Parts: sequence; C-alpha cells; structure tokens
Amino acid sequence: MKRTILSFTATVLGLVALLSFKTHGTQIGPASALPSAALPAGGATSSAAPAPITSSGPPTPTTNNSGPSATPPPTAGPPAPSAATPAARTVLGTAVQTPYGVVQVKITLSGSKITDAGFAQLTADDRRSADINGQAAPILLQQTLSTQSAQIDGVSGASYTSQGYEQSLQSALDRAGVH
Amino acid sequence: MTAPLTAPRRVHHCMGTVFTFDIRDPGVDPAVIDEAVRWLHHVDATFSTYRADTQISRLARGDLAVGDCTPEVRTVLQRCAELERGTGGFFSARAAGTLDPSGYVKGWAIQTASDMLLAAGSTNHSVNGGGDVQCVGDSAPGQPWRIGVAHPQRPGDLAAIVTGTGIAVATSGTAERGCHVLDPHTQRAPLGLASITVAGPHLSEADAYATAVFAMGAAAARDWLEQRPGYWGFGVTTDGGTWATSGWATSGWGGTL
Repeated sequence: MKRTILSFTATVLGLVALLSFKTHGTQIGPASALPSAALPAGGATSSAAPAPITSSGPPTPTTNNSGPSATPPPTAGPPAPSAATPAARTVLGTAVQTPYGVVQVKITLSGSKITDAGFAQLTADDRRSADINGQAAPILLQQTLSTQSAQIDGVSGASYTSQGYEQSLQSALDRAGVH
Repeated sequence: MTAPLTAPRRVHHCMGTVFTFDIRDPGVDPAVIDEAVRWLHHVDATFSTYRADTQISRLARGDLAVGDCTPEVRTVLQRCAELERGTGGFFSARAAGTLDPSGYVKGWAIQTASDMLLAAGSTNHSVNGGGDVQCVGDSAPGQPWRIGVAHPQRPGDLAAIVTGTGIAVATSGTAERGCHVLDPHTQRAPLGLASITVAGPHLSEADAYATAVFAMGAAAARDWLEQRPGYWGFGVTTDGGTWATSGWATSGWGGTL
C-alpha cells in the first residue's frame, strides 16, 4: 500500500555566511568575500518531532555515468578498509551565464558528502539582480547543505532558486563523481 | 542523496526556472529527457505570459480567438474553468485581471513530462520544476521519495519532509521576486499564510490547489483541503505556526505525523 509520512523537522544548521556584498557595481566582491555555508563539525540537526530516519556510515558508492569525461577525482586512492575520514577536496562547477549574470559554484566534499559550499563567481548585470543575489546566495547555499544532511531527494517550496545555481552545482557534483 | 543513482540528474532551464530530471530506473535511454525538455520549451512558447508572441499572450490581448488556438490551449483553459468553479473562484486564470493560467500550466507541464518518461519505460523518477515536483514510483527499491519543504521564513531550513510513492508536491507562497498570488476576489495579497504545500497523486491538481488555497488565506485553506479526497496540505502561517490536514489518513496514503 502506498504510504505517505509527513514528518516535521526543524533542521537547523550553523550557518557560516558572509553577507557583505558590494552592490554598487556589477561584480559581487572578490571570491574570498563571497558567501559560503558550512556544516558544523559533525553535521548536526535538531528536530522538534520524531526525526526522519537518516542513514549514517560510509558513503554509498556511486557510478558516474555522466558522459565521456572520465577524469578520476584528484584524491583517488585505494579505499581504506576501516572508517578513515576521506580527504577533503574542492570542486568547481561550470560558470553558468544566466539572464542576470554569471553563477559558478564551488563545493568541498568529504567523500561524497558536501561539507562546504560557496560561490567562485557571482556577478549581476543590474542593480536589482545584485540585490537579489545578495539575499538569495546564502539561502541557496544553506539549502544545499540542508538537502544533504536531511538526505532528501529534492525540495518543494517558494524557495530562492536561482537560475544557474543548480546547473553549476550539478556540474560540480558530476565532476566530483557524486550524484 | 538517499540512494545511489544509476543515471545522473539532468538540470535544464526553462520557463524562467530550473527543471531537474532524476531517473532512478537502470537502463532508461537518457534521450527521453531530451524529448521532455523539448516539451517544456514548447509549453513555454505556447503559454508564457512574459512573451508577447505566445498564444496565451495573443489571446489575452484579443489578437487571437480561443477557437484558433491549439487543442492543448483549449484543454488548459477548460481545466482552469473547472478549477475556478471547484475552488469557488479562488483559483482563477484571470486572478490579476488578465488571462494567466500559469498557476495550472507549470504543474501540468511537469506532470506531462513525467508521463512521457513513464511512457518511455521509466517507472521510478522525479521531475522538479522550480519547487513543484512530480514523482513516480520510488527513489530506490522499497524506498519512497523524500521531498523537503522549504521553510518560508527560515531561509535554508526545512519545515517538513514529505515521503511517498509516486507523490506530487506543490508549494505556493511568496517568491523571491515578490508575491505573485492574489485573492481573485479582492485583487490583494491574501492574509495569514506564509506558504502552503499540497501533496497528492497528480501535480497539475496539487499545483492548482496550492495556488487556490493560498489565495483563500489561512482560515479557509485548511477546511477546503480537508474536503479534497486524495490530497492533503501543510501550511506555515505568518506567525510561524504549522498545520497539516487530516484527510490524508483516510485517502489511502496513510502515515504518521
């Protein structure tokens, strides 16, 4: 029988976000000043209601079917038989041109898990888009991490989806060999 | 992710938003996604109110008669009329005065794209268009899809997680570029709800219901959704409270809160 389970969870992640943007010009700050969001150590969540079932353990092996490019991840090596922490690696997504500017996401992974997300490039072609980027950027990053930690398949909502963000993020995941 | 994928997700821009195709069946030809993407662009070219040359825009201006439109335009308009009657006018293709069936079109377009994937042999997939989601089957054998609901007031947080087999999820609320949902009766923004999520089997319905009940405001929304067999709702009120309808317990979906 089909079952629908609605569970409430208040997933609160410590947000390390930088909201200082230069909105005067079209360039949103140097890369180092772009917002980023990171999971607190241990990736904690808190729930007000019965917590959703999440699995923990070693990352699930995935198969990269994304096409002809077969560049192995830079930190590739024989997997350790014990639960050693995988080395952190940073992967850049493609720079995507949107009607509003350029979006390029960079992610840091530990194994197949995103532990940090940020923007390598985030430009706006007009003032309004710059303002929206300033609001939307940290939200997008935080949602990426929420999605990871709650182990969900997608998000529904009147959320701040930014054209180009998901595409750049997906390309970063493809390059990292993670889906 | 909740399960290893056998094919990569595909992301595509259309209709001013981002569409994600997530097929979990092994061996499905990725070319079916190309066909679904062509469909989405066709819908955009027919129904976009942001483009002056679409049939809908020309219809709205009076440059085109309904009888001269393609059958799918007539089908959509007919369905909008039925929904307007069924929702007491709270869903309306003329909510803001001019013809705009967008509150139905996106969900219908995504559901149709999902039907195309199903016809091509994919019995386990998800199509997400800017936060409106149509799932078919499961995310992995025996594992229902899990769709988070973005919290409208706590950016980055999830307000709820919806779990289901073959489930559609649509959410109405304030969008990043301004609130676009009006109460058709008052022509003003409705009061009380920050967002409303509707889940059920078909996204075209869920999308229209979410639009309609958001326009009803918090007080009427819950009662109306309680009456919908097979669909249930979850709301976040402007004071941060939440509620869910009880109808889902008797509609065959079942589950626990």
